[in-house]
Amino acid sequence: MKRNLTCLAIGVYYGIVLLKSEVASWFRIQEMFRFEAVNMYGIIGIGVAMGALTVWLVQTRKLRALGGEPIELRAKPPEYRAQLLGGIVFGCGWALTGACPGPLYALVGAGYLPMLVVLLSAVAGTYAYGIVRAKLPH
Amino acid sequence: MLPRILEFVRGPWPWWVGGIAIGVMVPLLLFMANRPFGISSTLRHVCAACLPSGPSFFRYEWRKDAWNLFLVAGVMLGGGIAQRWLIASGAPPMPLDLFSFDALATPRGWFFMVGGGFLVGFGSRWANGCTSGHAIMGLSLRRPASLVAVVGFFLGGLFVTWIVLPKVLP
Repeated sequence: MKRNLTCLAIGVYYGIVLLKSEVASWFRIQEMFRFEAVNMYGIIGIGVAMGALTVWLVQTRKLRALGGEPIELRAKPPEYRAQLLGGIVFGCGWALTGACPGPLYALVGAGYLPMLVVLLSAVAGTYAYGIVRAKLPH
Repeated sequence: MLPRILEFVRGPWPWWVGGIAIGVMVPLLLFMANRPFGISSTLRHVCAACLPSGPSFFRYEWRKDAWNLFLVAGVMLGGGIAQRWLIASGAPPMPLDLFSFDALATPRGWFFMVGGGFLVGFGSRWANGCTSGHAIMGLSLRRPASLVAVVGFFLGGLFVTWIVLPKVLP
C-alpha cells in the first residue's frame, strides 16, 4: 500500500509536468511530426539522457531502491515485428489524437471531458488487440 | 521574488525544463517505488479488472500491478491541479472543432476521437509499450526492441501527419 501511495504522488507530479511542458498539447505533437519545433525532440532527448544515466548508475554502482531492495530492471522479451507494426499503429493514433496514454489521463483529469471518449476508445482498442492477438505477427 | 517564481510556474515552461522534469520520472519511480516507468499497461489492467471473463490476454493477476493504476490516478489528479492552479492561459491544448462532444456528430470527430483513441490503445498493446515505456524507459535501458518501437511511432505519426491529415483537414 505504501508503494501505491508513493506511485499516486509521483503520478500527481507527472500529470502536472505533462500539462506544463505542453507534452499533452495536440499542437506540440503536430509541430514535432511537421519538424517545426525542437520542443518535443528536446524534451524526449533530455528525458532519455536522464533515464539512461539513472539506469547506468543503477547497473554499475548496484544502487538500491529506498528501503534497501535491489532495483529490478527486467527486460521485456523483444518481439521486433510487434514493436514495429504495433508502433506504427500507435504512431498513427498519436498523431491523430495528439496524445499518448499519459497525456490522455492528464487531459481527462484537467477537465477536458471529450478526451474521456478518446481514453475509453483506447481501452476498447486494447481490448480488441486482446481478441485478435493470436492472429497478429509478433 | 515570490511573484516572479509564481509567474514562471504559471507560464508555459521552456522545453528544457519540461525535459528535465520528465527525465526525473525514471529515478523517481526506480528509487522511490522500484518500478519501471510505463503508462499504457494500465489500459490492459482496466480491461482485466472490468471484464474478467474476457479473452485469455486479460486473465492475469492485475492486482499485482495496482501501483500502475495508482500512478495514472495520480496523473489525472495532477492534470486537474495543474489546470486549476498552475496554468495562466485558458487556451485549450487541442483544436476544439476536432475534440468536443459536438464533433461526435460528424464523421471527422469520430475519426479523430474514437478512431485515434482506438489506434493508441491497439498499437501500444501490440508494441508492448507506449511513449513512456519504450521511448523513455526502453531507450534508457538501451533495448533494441524499444528503438524499433520508437521508429514505428514516428513512421505512423509521419504517415498520418503528411499523408492523411492533408486529406481530412481543410
